[in-house]
Amino acid sequence: MLSCKDVTARVSASLDRELSLRERLAVNLHLVICTACRRMVRQMELLRLVSRRLASEDAEKDMEMKTLSQEARQRIRQRLKDR
Amino acid sequence: MSRDIEPSAVAAQALDPSRWLDEYGDFLYRYALRRLRNRARAEDMVQETLLAALETRGTYAGRAAEKTWLAGILKHKIIDFIRKQVRESTVDDINRLSDAAVEQETDVLFDARGHWIRPPQDWGNPDRTLENSEFLEAFRLCLERLKPAQAQIFSLKELVGQSIEDICSELGITASNCSVILYRTRMALRRCLEIHWGGNTEEAR
Repeated sequence: MLSCKDVTARVSASLDRELSLRERLAVNLHLVICTACRRMVRQMELLRLVSRRLASEDAEKDMEMKTLSQEARQRIRQRLKDR
Repeated sequence: MSRDIEPSAVAAQALDPSRWLDEYGDFLYRYALRRLRNRARAEDMVQETLLAALETRGTYAGRAAEKTWLAGILKHKIIDFIRKQVRESTVDDINRLSDAAVEQETDVLFDARGHWIRPPQDWGNPDRTLENSEFLEAFRLCLERLKPAQAQIFSLKELVGQSIEDICSELGITASNCSVILYRTRMALRRCLEIHWGGNTEEAR
């Protein structure tokens, strides 16, 4: 029987790779009886969702306003000339 | 003789670094910013890329489009930078993050038998929580509080969406180390959010 700690590590791993059938069964078996770990799973899912949300918000902002500042542009141009 | 000079003059004009800056500066900057999430660092990367391009332009065969060529240089610069960051933090971060020695952070959460000491809070319906602007703000704050190497690997994985295999091989760390780092990072973010945001739901329970 996996402990809560084991289950947590495997749930995290499941976000990075596919778990083996055996691992999935063991995790699910634990989740059926453990409220705390079911919450942890939802938290982990939320971490993934909020990361994606942040990335897409940033991407939208990118389109509009993320440009090199005048100062940076000027500095880089100068460095290129100095070469 | 002047006919011999002409083509190379055309080539030199085509490989004019200040024109690179005008045409591709913002593109390169956004690319770097997405991966590094830091303005000053992204600017430095653009500068280094153009300087490197200037030095190696003799070897630019014109096979790839200029933009692709420059993006390729930038990509390597970014990987080098992250590698260096990871290497520099190897002693106190990565080892601490991926070795059994640093169980402290997770020790607080689990007892010797691996049971929760502090069971996770209920963060409610994920879709609804996701719409909560305070949650989003707290998440940004917590991301900033991570150790640099930790934040970098997490953001490549979850924000940029690279596969764990790519991240590991680019950074020269083993897949299992990578996985442990991501695990610890998620746990740190989880804890941070419980402290800085989750208070709300604790009262509600």
